[in-house]
Amino acid sequence: MADDTAPKPAAPARPAAPAAKPAAAGEAHVPKAAAPTGPPDPPPPADAVIPPFITSLQQVVSGTTLSLYLGDWTVIVPAAEIITAATHLRDAPDAAFDYCSDLTATDWPPRAERFDVIYCLYSTRHRHRVRLKVKVAENQPLASVTGVWTAANWLEREVFDMFGVNFTGHPDRRRILMPEDWQGYPQRKDYPLEGPGELLMENPLDWLKLRQAREEADIE
Amino acid sequence: MASIQPQMVHGAMFDTNELVINMGPQHPSTHGVLRVVLRLDGEKVVDADVVMGYLHRGIEKLSENRNWTQIILLTDRMDYVAAATSNVGYCETVEKLLQLEVPRRARYVRTILCELQRIASHCLWVGTHAMDIGAMTVFLYAFRERELILDLFEEFCGARLTYNSMRIGGLPLDIPPGWDKKVLEFCKIMDVKIDEYETLLTHNRIWLERTKGVGVIGGAEATALGMCGPTLRGSGVARDVRKDEPYAAYDEMNFDVPIGTAGDTYDRYLVRMEEFRQSLRIIRQATEGLPEGPIVGKVPRLIKPAAGETYHAIESPKGELGYFIVSDGKSTNPYRFRVRPPSFCNLQALPRLVRGHMVADVVALIGSIDIVLGEVDR
Repeated sequence: MADDTAPKPAAPARPAAPAAKPAAAGEAHVPKAAAPTGPPDPPPPADAVIPPFITSLQQVVSGTTLSLYLGDWTVIVPAAEIITAATHLRDAPDAAFDYCSDLTATDWPPRAERFDVIYCLYSTRHRHRVRLKVKVAENQPLASVTGVWTAANWLEREVFDMFGVNFTGHPDRRRILMPEDWQGYPQRKDYPLEGPGELLMENPLDWLKLRQAREEADIE
Repeated sequence: MASIQPQMVHGAMFDTNELVINMGPQHPSTHGVLRVVLRLDGEKVVDADVVMGYLHRGIEKLSENRNWTQIILLTDRMDYVAAATSNVGYCETVEKLLQLEVPRRARYVRTILCELQRIASHCLWVGTHAMDIGAMTVFLYAFRERELILDLFEEFCGARLTYNSMRIGGLPLDIPPGWDKKVLEFCKIMDVKIDEYETLLTHNRIWLERTKGVGVIGGAEATALGMCGPTLRGSGVARDVRKDEPYAAYDEMNFDVPIGTAGDTYDRYLVRMEEFRQSLRIIRQATEGLPEGPIVGKVPRLIKPAAGETYHAIESPKGELGYFIVSDGKSTNPYRFRVRPPSFCNLQALPRLVRGHMVADVVALIGSIDIVLGEVDR
């Protein structure tokens, strides 16, 4: 696990390549219906040695799914069990994940539970890594892990700011990078890439003209 | 507010309320556009709130709409005083997704560039940090040496700040002839200069008074707070991605990871000063043992990793710089591009560090955690 950069990671089953027929140039026009519904999260091969801390986690938390890709273990836990799982991983002596490296989210709009919230954990004692993952729907409450790792405070604020994941029990849930009065959640996949922005605030008429000109250019 | 009644002091009525003052975003010692709202009791900081986002350009969102090669340019704009390190981190993450093997020569050159970059970044840090505290001279000295590194980078890739110095699978170009000699020459110069900085600061009475015992944080608390890099090592935690999860050619290098004991500003300073020397040690080994061979691996013409996600971390001068990238296997851009910015995670500790200290120490502590706002805000 610690050896992330080894040239040949414990080769997991490589997910099936996407249909090879559309030419690369034509792909930009693939209709939106083809939006992916989630990462493949390939299960570990039958001969993979499951680290003991994952086995002990499975005894504490039921309903987990395992995945091994490029040598990284991912444990998918039910959203309701996140605090139990996080506390266990931090406190169990064979896990000792005392360092929350990263906490982020991924948006998969076609799915009912559209957000993957991902916790990248590291143990400074055993020097191993694991990723925890929970799936949550748009307004579904997700318990904050600030009580487990203090580091999660700002990281969760950023996920709230960018995705609008509804963290509960967070001591200071405010936007962090965007202004306090910002509407919408920029990192969501359905958030427009370019928008009115400052032009709309300062001069709405100019913006309307610009939009019209763009639409006409598109039609032609 | 308004918790304490005005008191009569020496015949005059003094207001003893707590005072809220705003520091930044336009303030010379916040190293960019950082705003700190301080709640003060006299000159003591009761609490601090960090406000950021003034430099937010949405690099993550932009990257999700660029192709894999174009993103290298965007990573330059995060930690702009250590752009080459961000390039290496990104390229290695994509190589991991592509399961691509990088030739040994390319890995060695990456190691040299990363360490040169670390010295350049630490030069900037020691200069500005010392100037914040009041020692003007070090700034001029450190920038003189940083210039030498920028010259080396200019010769390697043509740019002096935002390098775009890496390609997925290897290097854009081989090193120019004679470049390795110049690197070794630089090491010889730098060896002496580090002692020079230390003469100015390490035993300086004013420096000791301003940094010893300021912003003390223990190892366990620093780990839980997600601090990283020299800031964490100053608290005695021997956590270095180069040692623990070696990337580039660090597994073939001999170097030590310096750690502090007290966890104060002075120890963080000492750790970084020792890192200068260790970086020079690595550069010497990598330059002298630079293997011959190709500089680019077998990169597919169209970069399109199979569907899947990965996290890969490297040790940037500021700490653990991680990339979490999701590929959907269909498009030529990443589905999700996430940067774990070390400066952001270190900055989170600032309110904890400044509590109970004087206003002037806030400046020392902002310098001590070594942040770059381009990376905090992205």
